[in-house]
Amino acid sequence: MNKKMLSLPYLFWCVAFIIIPLIMVFYYGLTDKTGAFTLENIAAIATPEHSKALWFSLLLSLISTVICLLLAYPLAMILSKMQVNQHSFIVLIFILPMWMNFLLRTIAWQTLLEKSGVINTLLDFLHLPALEIINTPYAIVLGMVYNFLPFMVLPIYNSLTKIDNNVINAARDLGADSFKTFTRIILPLSLPGVISGITMVFVPALTTFVISTLLGGSKILLIGNVIEQEFTVTNNWHLGSGLSIVLMIFIIVNMVLSLVFDKEGEGNAL
Amino acid sequence: MKKFIALGLCLVTIVSTLTGCGSSGKYPNGKVYVYNWGEYIDPATIEMFEEETGIQVIYDEYETNETMYPKVEAGASNYDVVCPSDYMIQKMVDNDMLAELNWDNLPNATANIGASYYEQSRAFDPENKYSVPYCWGTVGILYNTTMVEEPVTSWSILWDEKYADSILMQDSVRDLFMVALKELGYSMNSTDEAELQEAKELLIAQKPLVQAYVVDQVRDKMIGNEAALGVIYSGEAIYTQRENPNLAYVIPEEGTNMWIDSWVILKDAENKENAEKFIDFMCRPDIALLNFEYITYSTPNDAARELIEDEDIRNSTIAFPDLSQYDNLETFSYLGEEADTLYNELWKEIKSYTSY
Amino acid sequence: MRNFARRIYIALIIIFLYAPIGTLMVLSFNASKSRAKWGGFTFKWYAELFQNDAILQALWNTLAIALLSSLIATLIGTVACIALQNMKKRNRAIVLGITNIPMLNAEIVTGISLMLLFIVLGIQFGFFTILLAHITFNIPYVILSVMPRMKQLNPSTYEAALDLGASPLQAFFKVTFPDLLPGILSGFLMAFTMSLDDFIITHFTKGPGIDTLSTKIYTEVKKGIKPEMYALSTLIFVTVLILLLLVNKTPKEKKN
Repeated sequence: MNKKMLSLPYLFWCVAFIIIPLIMVFYYGLTDKTGAFTLENIAAIATPEHSKALWFSLLLSLISTVICLLLAYPLAMILSKMQVNQHSFIVLIFILPMWMNFLLRTIAWQTLLEKSGVINTLLDFLHLPALEIINTPYAIVLGMVYNFLPFMVLPIYNSLTKIDNNVINAARDLGADSFKTFTRIILPLSLPGVISGITMVFVPALTTFVISTLLGGSKILLIGNVIEQEFTVTNNWHLGSGLSIVLMIFIIVNMVLSLVFDKEGEGNAL
Repeated sequence: MKKFIALGLCLVTIVSTLTGCGSSGKYPNGKVYVYNWGEYIDPATIEMFEEETGIQVIYDEYETNETMYPKVEAGASNYDVVCPSDYMIQKMVDNDMLAELNWDNLPNATANIGASYYEQSRAFDPENKYSVPYCWGTVGILYNTTMVEEPVTSWSILWDEKYADSILMQDSVRDLFMVALKELGYSMNSTDEAELQEAKELLIAQKPLVQAYVVDQVRDKMIGNEAALGVIYSGEAIYTQRENPNLAYVIPEEGTNMWIDSWVILKDAENKENAEKFIDFMCRPDIALLNFEYITYSTPNDAARELIEDEDIRNSTIAFPDLSQYDNLETFSYLGEEADTLYNELWKEIKSYTSY
Repeated sequence: MRNFARRIYIALIIIFLYAPIGTLMVLSFNASKSRAKWGGFTFKWYAELFQNDAILQALWNTLAIALLSSLIATLIGTVACIALQNMKKRNRAIVLGITNIPMLNAEIVTGISLMLLFIVLGIQFGFFTILLAHITFNIPYVILSVMPRMKQLNPSTYEAALDLGASPLQAFFKVTFPDLLPGILSGFLMAFTMSLDDFIITHFTKGPGIDTLSTKIYTEVKKGIKPEMYALSTLIFVTVLILLLLVNKTPKEKKN
């Protein structure tokens, strides 16, 4: 079994369905309507509207990622200590909600959050103050967390279940308290899962537009909305592609980050 | 792993027994590829057409003019008949994508569609060469009579601070600007930068009062008493009133948008004759009536309107407003790329405005 | 006490995840077509659902595409992970970066670029083009689930198996594969889920006359989503849940 050959199907797929479309994005992003080379579409990120949209997108997806991580890590820890033969059950419980269509689920959140929605009717019944977050950035964050939480839980859960219990017991035997065991053993060993989770939450959250439209009342312009509009409304594929290229900077940042963390991960594994 | 494969197979077998195999009947007279808005036709009429003509209809749906356009332009699929809105038809004419209709093959379209609709169509199809009107309507204000006590007559109520956080505006660039341009007394097809800047300022001033910019959600939000005032298409008004009797629809006195969705045939259509047969079939009064009852958007088919049994609906001023009463109704035309870009830049400024 | 707190925490998260699902289930029994108004209890949407051939056909297409695309993506993705593990670190980071592109690119960019690609290649639009597109955006999710476990693998067990006379293939399936399995499974599930949910890419890569549930739902938005869709979602959900409970129950009984 030649291991080099194994990468061929995927590399072929990458070239055909990722690189070639990517080249098209670059072609559109770096030309204007007449087909002449231009950097204008890239520079367009600097206009006040676009940079504000990018800033909001970064901020909201960062907040969502942090909340997802804070919610998911303890959850994954609890789950990983449950019975082993329930593994597939646990995984499915967290993924099952996503088998209901995304649009339907987001619309359901509207029904829950609206001024006269389910939650407020309930709060009113209990004589509690109303929850007024629909059409605000808070609702967008809630939508992002809701939608992407499973993508954080599963990779962390996966890497936690892989940790050998003997390693943890050994640490305990050697006198480490729970906190030390966690920071020195469990956390570093689960880091690859955390990195995967952060990628899977942050990256899609950065480009989402449906959530901000439905739960944010379209009152906040995110960079995903801008790109979407350039393609579907304005029909200016050049500007849309140019802005997408700008977003790819974050892939590179992500690549560098995983390189850095990868080193640490391996260092600890030794 | 086995468990999951078993699970998957279970699902697949359940579903396949439910759906059964598609039956392939005999269609001696070829096919026609139709690309229409979602839920914009009574499926029964398609079956009737297939039975009567022996032509197979391959039917596909889209959600907006803008997602339809790149698919048709790229020629990804060989559609024959499409049903775009006014300004989009003009854009397609400008880009030489449409075929001229042979009116000899469209007797029903000539006889049954009211002359005033062809008149109005000239805004985007100046010589009535390319399009047959299918549905039309106006844009107006839907308001909740328990929350708004004063009579609603003008767009200006949408700037009234009393209704802060209770106003729903349309989340699409032309519809949004239409409201402001009409409020200012300008044409909704304006390309004058000063006028558009003025409209933009007006809309930014309105933003703190707006609860949300929505498209289709106006309907449910108004039914659920979420907002007092909403800008909405007339086709939704009858339905929303039925669900919530406190709602009323009004066409503001400054005038509004009269929109038309029309059948067109694409230039490179391979089944042009079948396409014309399809369009003409849809203009038959009994068929147009079925479609009107199914989708509840106003029909330009005068003969079909005569057949409506419910008098209230036949004479409804919402479904069929007396057009002669308004001299300031306009229909969107395609303004060209330069103006489009300007509109979108101004729209982005409105959308990116935040008070924090 | 600690156990109790844990249970509460899990329960809260599950309520959070399932609140909208519960809402949709309630709406499927709502006699009013509008989500904003309760018009009384009814089963009529369920009856209408089973008479709606278009929806059932879309359901079939959706499941077929989701199952096929996620299986193929899992295969390609897992093999790719094995290959990646043997690459130099720098190359690996580059390939992983490329892998993330379909996830980061706005869906519409991926959708339109794939559409243009298929036109250039002259592939007839239909089931096959949707399948290719879905495999493409599914692969990253598989790789991102399998890779972390791959990194945690202990290479010496595989080598030990080889030393003990196992063929590389045997060693892989007996030693490496079982360790990777949870990652592969969750990758498969994620891929399946993403495929079920995708709308925009499907829109641009589908041909006339073929619909998935997503494209059906989105085209319904203009005229209001039909409550049949809520009914269908409820049925899918309940079916999967029952199957899940059954599957989960069997091994325990064996033990007893």
